[in-house]
Amino acid sequence: MHIAKSQHLDGRQLPNFARRAGRFLTAVKVTERRPTHIGAVALSERAMSQLLSPGTVAPDFTLRVTPDQYLSLSELKGRRIILSFYPADWSPVCGDQITLYNEAREEFHKYDAEVLGISVDSAWCHQAYAKHNHIHFPLLADFHPKGAAAQKYGAYREQDGVCERALFVIDRKGVIFWNYLSPVAVNPGADGILDALQNLENEEE
Amino acid sequence: MAMLRVPVNSSDHVQGPDNAPVTLLEYGDYQCPYCGRAYPIVKEVQRYFGPRLRFAYRHFPLTELHQFAEAAAETAEYCGFYGRFWEAHDMLFENQERLGLPLFFAIARSLGLSEQGLRDALAHGTFADKVRRDFLSGVRSGVNGTPTFFIDNQRYDGPVDFEPMVATIAAQLEYALTPA
Repeated sequence: MHIAKSQHLDGRQLPNFARRAGRFLTAVKVTERRPTHIGAVALSERAMSQLLSPGTVAPDFTLRVTPDQYLSLSELKGRRIILSFYPADWSPVCGDQITLYNEAREEFHKYDAEVLGISVDSAWCHQAYAKHNHIHFPLLADFHPKGAAAQKYGAYREQDGVCERALFVIDRKGVIFWNYLSPVAVNPGADGILDALQNLENEEE
Repeated sequence: MAMLRVPVNSSDHVQGPDNAPVTLLEYGDYQCPYCGRAYPIVKEVQRYFGPRLRFAYRHFPLTELHQFAEAAAETAEYCGFYGRFWEAHDMLFENQERLGLPLFFAIARSLGLSEQGLRDALAHGTFADKVRRDFLSGVRSGVNGTPTFFIDNQRYDGPVDFEPMVATIAAQLEYALTPA
């Protein structure tokens, strides 16, 4: 297995955005877990989006990653990227999803992949959420114009005004390798992502 | 439907006979309140099925949210190394509101195990690999939070309550006992 530890996007090696984000990730506080399988989410389940397909060049975007810094997808070219669009920072299911990816980051790193979370929440909201839950990967604010990045990926729920719960794995050349659209109320877990990364690695070898 | 990628094996902690027709596996976190709530329910389910059910437990600590979850899991493993996993497991869940080093040491002492031995094991992460292996097998199998249960190799997505769990296990039992 290809392991490239040196390029991990952690607080020491990353451009400014993560170092700055890291500043806010210091307090240790015990918080309650939320239920795993939440049925009642106040979002409609109708009209699932049509995600951008594998084989498509991943559209670039530039979004706030902290209240005063931006990140463009193109800056990360050469890395494998997991884009995790999700409806909202504080809703229970994605709390679990983002928490899970936070714990599973080391596994993503074994495939030289970094995860980016994207929702329509503002950078300030992301900052509070990341601090509260000790999230160590970038959460991007698709806030203004609202949902513009999600729309490029077919991952925006126009009727609800939030991102779909959608996953993309992007290869080193910036091409979408895998996608997955989850029902909004279901945490899709990390198994699909890891399988996709394994398949991507097998194909590239 | 998520499937268990690493079947229950000899490195797992199990209760009940190895040849039980059905296995219930939990991925849990000793600091997770929902796991704490599930704990007595699992006991009831085990009592209900008796030797027809094998129960296994794997660690899935969410260490960024739960500051004691990792050490609690390693404490259970330390005790498990001396054959006392399940007593430690029970005490951890039964004293969930008191998790912390004093409780972990008290558990070791109450089982006649060395407190210093546990201190060293925690300091050196002696059992960290085992806990991490459990966690990774869960991530690979579609565990998306805690507790997550598998009945044989299928993830159980129903409510964590006695009746629905019993109903699902009973159905699997019937399936397992039906001649092919």
